[in-house]
Formats: sequence, C-alpha cells, structure tokens
Amino acid sequence: MGIFDFLKPRPAASAHTAKERLRIIIAQERLQRGAPDYLPMLRREILEVLRKYVNVDPDAIQVKLCSEGDHELLELSVALPESRGQRTEDGGLKTED
Amino acid sequence: MTEIIVVTSGKGGVGKTTTSASLAIGLARRGSKVVVIDFDVGLRNLDLIMGCERRVVYDFVNVIHDECTLKQALIKDKRFEHLFVLAASQTRDKEALTQAGVERVLNELKAADFDYIVCDSPAGIEKGAFLAMYFADRAVVVVNPEVSSVRDSDRILGLLASKTRRAELGDAAVDAHLLLTRYNPERVARGDMMSVDDVQEILGLSVLGVVPESESVLASSNAGTPVILDAESAAGQAYDDAVARLLGEVLPMRFVDVQKKGLFTRWFGG
Repeated sequence: MGIFDFLKPRPAASAHTAKERLRIIIAQERLQRGAPDYLPMLRREILEVLRKYVNVDPDAIQVKLCSEGDHELLELSVALPESRGQRTEDGGLKTED
Repeated sequence: MTEIIVVTSGKGGVGKTTTSASLAIGLARRGSKVVVIDFDVGLRNLDLIMGCERRVVYDFVNVIHDECTLKQALIKDKRFEHLFVLAASQTRDKEALTQAGVERVLNELKAADFDYIVCDSPAGIEKGAFLAMYFADRAVVVVNPEVSSVRDSDRILGLLASKTRRAELGDAAVDAHLLLTRYNPERVARGDMMSVDDVQEILGLSVLGVVPESESVLASSNAGTPVILDAESAAGQAYDDAVARLLGEVLPMRFVDVQKKGLFTRWFGG
C-alpha cells in the first residue's frame, strides 16, 4: 500500500451491485421454478396478440418480477417499434437469461 | 432418533467437505454418535480432510453393492470414539449410487443408533447431489458471499423444497440453514463483499454460522485435522458456534465485524 493511495479514486462499492443483480435474477428464477413454462408461454402469447396489431421484436417484451414493499409485482414491458419497425421472420422466442 | 443432515451448496469449492468434517467432529465432541458420509463418488476427499485416507479399505459403493458389510466400511475416527467416516469410492462413477442402496445404508445406520448422519454432497445437481439431499431431515447450505455461490444456493433451496423425500411425502419441509464461509469482514466494511444480512435477505433463510476467511482452514486440510479442532482459530470457533446452534443453542454471531487492530499488531503484524 503506497502512501499516496488516498489520492486514487476509490471504485464504487460492488457489493451493492451484486445484491441488486442477485435479487432480480433470483426472483425471476424462483418464478420460473414455481411454474416451469408459465413465463415463456405468457411471453409468446402476448407477442402473438401484439403482432396482430404492431410489428414487435421478440426481445421487445420483458417480463419481470419485482417486489415493491411487501407485495410482488409482475411487470410486463413492451417496447413498441417506430412506425417503420421491422417484423422478424421467425417468431422464435428466447427465454431471458 | 437419527437425524440426517445434508451439507450442500450447488457450487463447488465453497467449503462443503470442510464444513461436513467440522460439523461431524463438533457433534461427536458434544457426545453424539455420528457418521459422516462422502457422496462424491469418483472424487473422494472427505477421507483426506478427516485424516483417515490411509485407512480406507471398503467404501460406500462397496456397501451398496453388497461387497462388504457396513461395519467393515465404517472407519472409526482416532480422536472421538463415537465418530465414523464412510468414504466415497474412488474408482466408480456417480451412477454406482442407487436410491434404494442409499436408503438401505441409511436405515442400517439408523438401526445402529447413530444420532447424526452427515451427508457430504458433491457439487452440482446431478445424481450424487440429489441422493445426498433426498433423505435429509435438515440441510446446511454452504454459501460464499459471492454472486455465483448465492445463485446456486437458491437453486439448491428450490430442489430441497421439491426433490426430497420429505417434499414428496408432503411431510414437514427439510429444515434448511445457511452457513457462510470465506467471510471477510474488512471487505464487507469496504463494500466490496456482500454482508451476512445481504445474503440472508436474498435467500430468506436463517444463518447457522459465519466462518471467516482464515489461513487455518488450509493448514487444517493440510494436516488432516478438521479446522474445528483448532480452538485458537476464528474459523474453528465459528464452526463450534454453528454446531451449538445446530443443537438449539442461541449464540450471538462472532467474527462478522472488523477486528480493531491494536497498536502492537499494526506495527509488528499479527
């Protein structure tokens, strides 16, 4: 340890980042664990319905479970494309990782 | 009444075998009749940590396949009279373990009046890990305050809640506890490592113990004398506290705060 170490900028505490990332991914994995095909199927069906009206990308739908206070919140967010958004050929969906 | 305790984690290298050995010794030292079983078939290591590697003649797989009696395969610990080790096979693979075979051995151990059967699980979620947890009454989930270990622990907790005999029979759930190892209070204070509270909050489980990162763990493995026997070391004391809590004692958590260094140790090292 050098005597001028205090002059170097300290990196932001990473433990907080770790905790937040784990909270999100674990909540998501627990939901998938409870109902194995529930989330991917939900996404697929919502995507099919949406595609009747707008061209959305498979990745445009995010299904998230988060907790707010003492209750859990299932959050669905759909990013709508610009007016000239492209439609993807295959409807193949990836599950989130 | 025999209690089956699985020591598991999902992730490898977090300290399952070290923990199994120390918990088994701690329970035996308090007067219980204990056997600790290595479920890591093909990668036997508990014998080394327990210091009985040169006395393995028959192993767990031999007993399952009726190639010897259980009595022949139980290795008596030289330090504690009521402590035994059942080694894993080094030559077979994990398929050599069968659910019926494991159940038969566990029933024989129950009939032999063991108080505790400690099952040292292999890493992963394959057959060996599955069978180590399947018959458990309690689980000690060993976790490092690090992202991959915490995530894997949550996966294991999901399996404990669904893939065990208790879950299948609809009995009371496997009583699961967390045991944090490689804990570094200085790094937690700096915000570089998740705290006990962080891990506990994410996994939502009671904490059985916090074992600080300590040089004595490696020294103990080197010597084949489980770290709980090193009464001088923080890790040894932390394991002994965990054993006491396992037996129902309520103790404050030690070694989770930064030790203030005195002037002497700061100048001359300690």
